[in-house]
Amino acid sequence: MQTGKASWLRLRTPVLWLALLAAMGTLSLYASPYTVIMVTNILMYVILTVSWVLFSAPTGYISLATAAFFGVGIYTSATLGGQLPLPLIILTAGVASFVLAALVGALTLRLKGVYFAFFTFGLVELIKHLLLWYEVSVTGVRGRFVVSADNVTIYYIILGILVILLLTSYLIRRSRVGLALQAIGEGEDAAAHTGINVSAVKTFVFALSAVFAGAAGAAMATRWGYVDPYIAFDYLFSFTAVAMAVFGGLGRFEGPILGAVVFAFLRELLITRFPYVYMLVMGSVLVVTILYLPQGLVQLAQKSTWRRLRGHREPA
Amino acid sequence: MSLLEVEGITKNFGGLAAVSHVDLRVDEGEVVGLIGPNGAGKTTLFNLLSGALKPSSGAIRFRDENITGLKPHQICHKGLARTFQSVKVFGGMTASQNVLAGAIFGDRGQMSPKQAGKEAARLLEFVGLSAVAAAPARDLTLANQKRLEVARALATKPNLLLIDELMAGLNPTEVAQAMDLVAAIRKQGTTVLIIEHVMKAIMSICDRILVLHHGEKIAEGTPQEIATSRTVVEVYLGE
Amino acid sequence: METFLGVVIGGLLIGGLYALIAMGLSLQYGVARVLNVSHGEFIMLGALTTWSLYTAFHINPLLSLAVCGPAAFALGYVLHRTVYRRILATSPSPGVFESNSLLASFGLLFVIQNVALIAWGANTRGYSYLAVPVSLFGVLFGANQLLTLGCALVVGVAFYVFLARTRVGKAIRAAAQDSTSAALMGVNINSVLALCFGFGAALAAIAGMLISMCYPVTPVMGIPYTIIAMIVVVLGGLGSIPGSFLGGLVLGLIGSLVTYIEPSLTLVAYYLIFALLLLVKPTGIMGR
Ligand SMILES: Nc1ncnc2c1ncn2[C@@H]1O[C@H](COP(=O)(O)OP(=O)(O)OP(=O)(O)O)[C@@H](O)[C@H]1O
Ligand SMILES: [Mg+2]
Repeated sequence: MQTGKASWLRLRTPVLWLALLAAMGTLSLYASPYTVIMVTNILMYVILTVSWVLFSAPTGYISLATAAFFGVGIYTSATLGGQLPLPLIILTAGVASFVLAALVGALTLRLKGVYFAFFTFGLVELIKHLLLWYEVSVTGVRGRFVVSADNVTIYYIILGILVILLLTSYLIRRSRVGLALQAIGEGEDAAAHTGINVSAVKTFVFALSAVFAGAAGAAMATRWGYVDPYIAFDYLFSFTAVAMAVFGGLGRFEGPILGAVVFAFLRELLITRFPYVYMLVMGSVLVVTILYLPQGLVQLAQKSTWRRLRGHREPA
Repeated sequence: MSLLEVEGITKNFGGLAAVSHVDLRVDEGEVVGLIGPNGAGKTTLFNLLSGALKPSSGAIRFRDENITGLKPHQICHKGLARTFQSVKVFGGMTASQNVLAGAIFGDRGQMSPKQAGKEAARLLEFVGLSAVAAAPARDLTLANQKRLEVARALATKPNLLLIDELMAGLNPTEVAQAMDLVAAIRKQGTTVLIIEHVMKAIMSICDRILVLHHGEKIAEGTPQEIATSRTVVEVYLGE
Repeated sequence: METFLGVVIGGLLIGGLYALIAMGLSLQYGVARVLNVSHGEFIMLGALTTWSLYTAFHINPLLSLAVCGPAAFALGYVLHRTVYRRILATSPSPGVFESNSLLASFGLLFVIQNVALIAWGANTRGYSYLAVPVSLFGVLFGANQLLTLGCALVVGVAFYVFLARTRVGKAIRAAAQDSTSAALMGVNINSVLALCFGFGAALAAIAGMLISMCYPVTPVMGIPYTIIAMIVVVLGGLGSIPGSFLGGLVLGLIGSLVTYIEPSLTLVAYYLIFALLLLVKPTGIMGR
């Protein structure tokens, strides 16, 4: 009896994940085309959020470069579309983002965290301006058409990228690199004197996290038909990823996923119904979360929080 | 045989020479003490030796190799480990994870996770922290956090261990335990260079003592010689 | 020779604005430790308010200083008293405060920008004030631009003197050095931090007012200015107010030169300088 219960508890989480995967993996069979598109959008945000968390949560370095990697993916797709098969394009986009992130990381991650935040904040603008200049003065045309793919294909690609990302995050957490990353987050000096090559670990994980944002960008671009530097390099993507992660809670693996799903759903709703207050709502949610729910949405799921809240209501 | 040889090492912070032309030798198997008034440059010297700071001039040879200017993790891999005056345990990680990190990364990844786990358990036992192995490091007492740092440093398999003030802020019982720990470390074959303000302790555990004052080495000798040296008594012990 | 003079003076004209913006950010980061990414939004608020006052009530842009400065100061002060102070109180370590306050300032960026979009709409605005050419060493400049530089210099120097000479200024500098010992010396640290945040916001709004006299303004104009301010702050050395002032002028000169050669690459050039600086001397020109 006891042992039966214990083994069920141990199995519960993997079983739930598998059930979820099965439901997601067959979505196009039972859901409407509109639902598929919406879920694709939501999953895209989950990818951006979880990839941001992969590096920024354990180390405490706030990266504002997600949009840059996403944009690199979009432009890779726009440039290579039709010349290579889609999986190869997505791979190339991932590699391109990896290289860019490795460069940025090598330059800024050996310095204090402020420099990193400052540098990544402007990175999107930098690439946008470089591209604009290139398009205007070299190619002479602004923007590009993207060879499009059908919605169901894009959905499955995005789902595939997400599954690989989640597996990667999970494995990293349990690996030597994960332990090193955690130690770095606790104290870089001590980590370095314990034999951890701090800059190398940080740069590697940062670059790895960029792969997924780049890949997602490449896949999503095929849905937009036309892109230009303003569309592709939009810092809202960076901000949104950070906001979603914080909203969900960085302390637990599920937190950012939950945050991204809820927030992205909210976003779809707002964008269609109240587009003029979308940023206002998002910004307020972020501020309120930081002030009153520092551990994010998952804090609500913890029993102690509820007990405390109830404790306030019940007369003692 | 000499393990560590330092020649004319100097560190300037702006106009201030925190460490100035210090020569230093540590032989294998020794316990060497480093004393001096507050601000004498002791911690700065440790920072130079362990690669946290780059010297303004001078050279550091460790195990017949020039390690001047190497990065902290490289120096750790060469077999020189350290603890910190202001404790820097990995607060959110458990005591055993702290030591595990040392075992895994100090050894350039030669160890399998299983071996590393065993090694970590052995070291926790060695420093007397087995009982709190699963507690987050930040919840340990100051004395225990200092021991944890020693265990973490030992996990990297150092030839030379730099200990920065193991006994500051501890009560007499804890001081006695810390002295026993240093003796045990030496016995298991690790050479020790230790900074300490607790005179009774340093005099009884060290083979040799160096005295720093205003960044300069003003005396060097056996505890006996240091305790009776005129200069040392004037600038430091006489306080 | 005339082009050279033109480039130099043009650089100083824009550099004065950069200096003001960067001084504000430097104050907020150097003392209050808030990586305020919504800095540019205060610039935008100052600019659009000035535009409204000028177009609706024909109020001289310089006079709107009397509105923008104090209003932005109050907004910044209140924000620190409410939002950042609470974060400060609940953050277990300075590192956590730094990241949480950065995130909160993001949220504020969203909120402020959205409110401005509702209030002013997304259109690009501009007005013409003193847009008469003035000849300086044989080169023509807009009178409004020269006025901008004059104002930026006056405000910048006045603020520096305020920091150096007054009691409040000294308290701020003490807090910038070391907040715990400043608190021991009887400085009310919370109000000093809030003051700094307020002054930073006021400097941004004043810069915004000056910008509106020469350049078009929109609710989304803030972020590029924030980026420039960040670059200047690093260029001048994190936390150094005189460094920020000098850095602003230097970046203005570089910008003017690049704009002369290839205008669309100005921001790219700023960024390359930023990257080079991080490689060579991350402590900045005035840093130790
Ligand atoms: N990073 C630094 N920048 C500037 N000055 C420093 C730095 N580190 C140390 N100093 C200065 O160097 C001098 C020596 O400091 P150090 O910490 O080495 O002294 P110490 O001998 O360890 O003192 P204590 O016994 O108090 O630990 C002091 O004057 C200190 O202020
Ligand atoms: Mg010391």
